[in-house]
Amino acid sequence: MPDLLFEIFSEEIPARMQGQATEDLKKLVTQALVDRGLTYEGAAAFATPRRLALHIAGLPARQPDLREEKKGPRVGAPDAAVQGFLKSAGLTSLDQATIEKDPKKGEFYVAVIERPGRATQDVLAEVLPGVLRTFPWPKSMRWGAASARSDALRWVRPLHSIVATFGPETEEPEIIRFSLDGIEACDTTYGHRFLSPGAIKVRRFDDYAPALEKAKVVLDPARRKEIILHDARDLAFAQGLELVEDEALLTEVAGLVEWPVALLGSFDEAFLDIPPEVIRATIRANQKCFVLRHRDGGALSNKFILVSNIAATDGGKAIAAGNGRVVRARLSDALYFWETDRKPLPDYADKAEKPLDQRLEKLKAMNIVFHEKLGTQAERVQRITALARDLAPMVGADPEKAARAAQLCKADLMTEVVGEFPETQGLMGRRYAELQGEDTDVAAAIEEHYKPQGPGDRVPTNAVSVAVALADKLDTLVGFWAIDEKPTGSKDPYALRRAALGVIRLVLENNLRLRLLPTFARAAQLVVNVRSEVPASKTTDADLLAFFADRLKVYLRDKGARHDLIDAVFALEGQDDLLMIVRRVEALGAFLATEDGANLLAGYKRAANILRAEEKKDKNARFDDAYAGASDAPDAERTLATAVAAATKAAAENVAREDFEGAMRALAHLRAPVDTFFDDVTVNDEDPAKRLNRLRLLSAFRQAVHTVADFSKIGG
Amino acid sequence: MQPQTTTHVRPADAGALAMDPKRSFQGLILTLQRFWAEQGCVILQPYDMEVGAGTFHPATTLRSLGSKPWKAAYVQPSRRPKDGRYGENPNRLQHYYQFQVILKPSPPDLQDLYLRSLAAIGVDAALHDIRFVEDDWESPTLGAWGLGWECWCDGMEVSQFTYFQQVAGIECSPVSGELTYGLERLAMYVQGVENVYDLNFNGLEGPDKITYGDVFLQAEQEYSRHNFEHADTDRLFRHFKDAETECRKLLDAGDAGERHLMVLPAYDQCIKASHMFNLLDARGVISVTERQSYILRVRELAKACGAAWLKTEAGGMSGGTK
Repeated sequence: MPDLLFEIFSEEIPARMQGQATEDLKKLVTQALVDRGLTYEGAAAFATPRRLALHIAGLPARQPDLREEKKGPRVGAPDAAVQGFLKSAGLTSLDQATIEKDPKKGEFYVAVIERPGRATQDVLAEVLPGVLRTFPWPKSMRWGAASARSDALRWVRPLHSIVATFGPETEEPEIIRFSLDGIEACDTTYGHRFLSPGAIKVRRFDDYAPALEKAKVVLDPARRKEIILHDARDLAFAQGLELVEDEALLTEVAGLVEWPVALLGSFDEAFLDIPPEVIRATIRANQKCFVLRHRDGGALSNKFILVSNIAATDGGKAIAAGNGRVVRARLSDALYFWETDRKPLPDYADKAEKPLDQRLEKLKAMNIVFHEKLGTQAERVQRITALARDLAPMVGADPEKAARAAQLCKADLMTEVVGEFPETQGLMGRRYAELQGEDTDVAAAIEEHYKPQGPGDRVPTNAVSVAVALADKLDTLVGFWAIDEKPTGSKDPYALRRAALGVIRLVLENNLRLRLLPTFARAAQLVVNVRSEVPASKTTDADLLAFFADRLKVYLRDKGARHDLIDAVFALEGQDDLLMIVRRVEALGAFLATEDGANLLAGYKRAANILRAEEKKDKNARFDDAYAGASDAPDAERTLATAVAAATKAAAENVAREDFEGAMRALAHLRAPVDTFFDDVTVNDEDPAKRLNRLRLLSAFRQAVHTVADFSKIGG
Repeated sequence: MQPQTTTHVRPADAGALAMDPKRSFQGLILTLQRFWAEQGCVILQPYDMEVGAGTFHPATTLRSLGSKPWKAAYVQPSRRPKDGRYGENPNRLQHYYQFQVILKPSPPDLQDLYLRSLAAIGVDAALHDIRFVEDDWESPTLGAWGLGWECWCDGMEVSQFTYFQQVAGIECSPVSGELTYGLERLAMYVQGVENVYDLNFNGLEGPDKITYGDVFLQAEQEYSRHNFEHADTDRLFRHFKDAETECRKLLDAGDAGERHLMVLPAYDQCIKASHMFNLLDARGVISVTERQSYILRVRELAKACGAAWLKTEAGGMSGGTK
């Protein structure tokens, strides 16, 4: 069966786009072929910096023939209908149609359209340019003289040539003839830009890949990664070192070279005084090189691995030396930053004594805006400090330490290192805090207050860290809620969902008791204190609490809890203590799993349905007045009344003690009386007084159940 | 034609040394000018105003708009007040040179031309690792963006290579190719020097040798003092406003319906406003939010100038200006 070879040769494709582009190319071409009745045995796509290539194996030589019957109008139909039929079926006269009979419709015309399958080559000549014209690059461009036209071809970078051949193994494949903005598909590609730039005539994939390899192009990115990793490990090993592996960097580097050659570079050992995270960030982000560490303690070494795109005539000496020089220049910048950050800031030396405090003074003086409506970073620090101090006793932290950590937590934003490498924020603050003799808890909190960053990130346990981390996130949430910048759909530019999840995890995983509503109120008050124009309102608090409920549902669902149980608990008035909510949900889940629980739920639903039906009939109907005991009432009614009164009291007492299992047990006593009541007593008595009294009893029962959760929210 | 290289230079031949791109800063510039002249570029002189980058030169900003073909190359002194380091940093300068090439429409072999220009200044592609690394260029103040690369030589960024897609908020039609060589960095590389002030400027040795430091160190120190400490911010704010007003006035006055008669003087005021903003930024008196609004104000001027340029002859209007 014939194969397709398709290659698009262009100027350098950004490394980060190559992976998706190969997926897209494969998907779009194979999909278009399948849609046209052309199935295949296998497909694989590849990318190098200068080309995308696709190999589809086992395509048929032709599309299958199609036979289609098209029903037309009945015999004797108006001329307009007949003409329309002829046109749509591609017939010139009715003689070409056959006549069929139908018991309902009578005689009608049928056109038999036979479409012989087209040669696959012709289908490809139509499909391939279409795919290129509509290729979903994240960003594409126009170029050259053709770009004066508005319909000019767009590609990720200028496209130079296209290889498209098709044919069976045993024969000379043919070129698929099409042209795109003046570029004719052909069977010529090119080798490595520097090592073997000549034209290469290719026939099919089986000779294409080896021909490229001979021309110093490794087509398969996975192989380039293997080569780099293997050679880098070898080079490291020979030095008695080990590679600090970095998958993202490896993928990126493999997308920057067609012929990977790993080389060893080095820098002056004096630079190792710089924190290793900063060295790594410098070498990785700016130079796309790998760092190496010692096999023993794992300390960073002064050697690094770079990956060149050529096998140089001097064995790579000049390249390694050149890269070494650039790394040294970058590291001397980093060293300068690291040293500068530990020195006093001349302009702020009179305002504070220690270096990090001086950076804080600078943060205040610079009036750096956090958000237009929420004020400056300095104002935010002031709020977080006050809030962290307030929260400290609730989380078991020393208020002074929490306040100190909060005060310094954003100061590192004014340091040179963080200015250059934003990903080191927090970490650098901790280092500088340690160096100026801050308490270890304070220093740790400066780093950890950003945590947890996501569902997989570690939750801090140090009490001071917890206080500041909560204050930071709650200030953000309350602030953005106050100015009505909430996440919508997929848009969450301030990562508020992550912040709320962070609060939830900090509270739950540290078993903390924290009432959210008063905390919101306190945080909101702090916002208003510095930003009087920001409105504070109770409704935003309720809305934010609902947002937490949603986040909590997501969090608990991931842990296997039922979201309807969470709703049942949140539906109760004033539920804002996350830990208690979760305990209640757990107790509720355990209770409903018992027979008593399941039956009580059934009884509850029956009672609730009756009440709802009555409430629907008469909007003014109210049944929450007390049930009046009557001596002539049936036993079942009196027994239920007594049981409801007792259960209500016991459940409330248990809830007050936060003993939710106890509360559930109290409710469990209602199961038998409820069942008997429904068996023996007709609620809808002819006597309206009796009826009303019984409805009140059911209402009291409903109320009793609601002491632990709103059972109406529970499904099943 | 290849320029002279060290291999056939007699030690006594001071003229050849002074022109050698691997030995002198000026030789590097002269070689690039010669190379691009051979490709049909007009070799212009620097624009006589303070600009942040070679792109601001009207020969790039304005000439990249409209349908008229255009090829030019020039050196542009570029001022970035914030990058001053009082002459103490071996790599950072508040005043440096860019070599700018603009080709409209971008020729199909632009990458090859660029690589040949590197060969002309002595970068051997068999020995050095030359790479095109993604870099999407954007100038918020000019309302311009393009796609292209940073060009790396052994891990060092030596040039920027951009296919302009939009300038002054206007789609480029056709697209221009822009090359920007960082001359000091490139010279440091080919001369094998680690400190910019050690660059040999004139290619001579002994008492006749002039270094980059001899020419510019004092200026870096003085301008750093000016940019960070002494530039009068009230005056700068005032000048910014004046330039903005003047630009608008000139654009109004030159507007003759179908045609525009005074774009270039108006654009000068846009350049001026941009530089005032850069100085204010260096003085640290523009807050983050204000920053955005200043950038936007300059962009509005650039856009208005670009729109007016399209109503002139060099912007592609036929029939000549009256």
